[in-house]
Amino acid sequence: MRAFTAIIGRDLRLGLRQGGDLLTLVLFFVIVGVLLPFAVGPDRPLLAQLAPAIIWVAALLAQLLSHDRLFRSDFEDGSLALFRHASLSLDGIVFAKLIAHWLLTGLPLVVAMPVLALVLGLTADNFWLAVLTLLAGTPALTAFGAIGAAVTVGLKRGGLVAPVLVLPLSLPVLIFGTGAFDPTRVEASTQALLLLCALSLVSMALAPFAAALALKISGE
Amino acid sequence: MLEKRLVAKDLTLIRGGRPVLSDLSFTVRSGQALYLRGPNGVGKSSALMVLAGLLAPQGGSTAFEGGDPDVQPLSHLHYVGHDPAIKTGMSLAENLAFWVDVLGGDAGTVSQALSEAGLGGLDKIDAGMLSAGQTRRLALARLIAVPRPLWLLDEPTSALDSEGADWVARLISQHIASGGLAVIATHLDIAIAGEVETLNFSRAAA
Repeated sequence: MRAFTAIIGRDLRLGLRQGGDLLTLVLFFVIVGVLLPFAVGPDRPLLAQLAPAIIWVAALLAQLLSHDRLFRSDFEDGSLALFRHASLSLDGIVFAKLIAHWLLTGLPLVVAMPVLALVLGLTADNFWLAVLTLLAGTPALTAFGAIGAAVTVGLKRGGLVAPVLVLPLSLPVLIFGTGAFDPTRVEASTQALLLLCALSLVSMALAPFAAALALKISGE
Repeated sequence: MLEKRLVAKDLTLIRGGRPVLSDLSFTVRSGQALYLRGPNGVGKSSALMVLAGLLAPQGGSTAFEGGDPDVQPLSHLHYVGHDPAIKTGMSLAENLAFWVDVLGGDAGTVSQALSEAGLGGLDKIDAGMLSAGQTRRLALARLIAVPRPLWLLDEPTSALDSEGADWVARLISQHIASGGLAVIATHLDIAIAGEVETLNFSRAAA
């Protein structure tokens, strides 16, 4: 347990001290959200219709950008090799890193949501729905991203390969994420939200094992 | 209680289509140090990585006998390789304390280990400010902070000054005198007191 909290603590500390990455992520998310309304034009009903899609595409792209550094620095400075000798199994270590990574890349998107809501002209109901779906869906994105990052950690220019690997896995999150948005059809939206939660729980539970296995192979 | 032994049997390793190790066998007993010597690129580091569980050999096996049955096999060893596993952006004390937590040592040993490693008084400094030799000392401080029976050291004295090399030799001597085991890949002489064996790697064998 001490090792578990130590890893979360270290990753959060490093992430917050090197605040540039965090700022890039949030800015990217907001910029995509700000640009699209300009491209769509001054059509408020259309924009309201597109808002869920814009939010989720922005979130997905912002998260895709951040996965590469999940394991890369640990791989390069030899920490990953030492994790193999830790008192905690590599699966547990990956899980701890996933939690820290979500706190650094998933939660900031939720926090930045009010800015996007303002730009997209979301109603209060839709804003809370957006916050809820992002909270429910981003852990799954982090988990899938971790698998991609673990598989490509040994590649020098793995930065672009991982998103290509992860994108098909992320599609269900995108579909249910936007599907949960329809406040006119409460039942369908609740079901989508529940499915999103299920996706996050299952992927968060299984991804550490898959990623740890990939890391063991990548290390060779 | 079984005597602690590291047994490597018929290790065969192929990396990048090239045979690196072939039928390498040796035993290191408690209180013994084993040098792996030989020219560059002959497979010393690869052999250490196999012992550390970082590379899977194509043939043969390694086993650490006589360890604590409640502890998983890889947690009996320290591996200090070329990469220091030290994060810039964190202080020396934070770096070492992190590894003490992760490797399962006693958190109270951090400042003492730092001063023994010749890094006393630098504990609040960012690890990115360290020289190569100091970085190596910080990596080696893990050996002091977290007691483990088996040490796998890859060129432990590289980048160290002569005083640092003496310190490493003393450290290893004390370790094996108290019943520890050490496998050291090196091409520099490290004056270890105690029972020392040497395994010479040659290109013909590799």
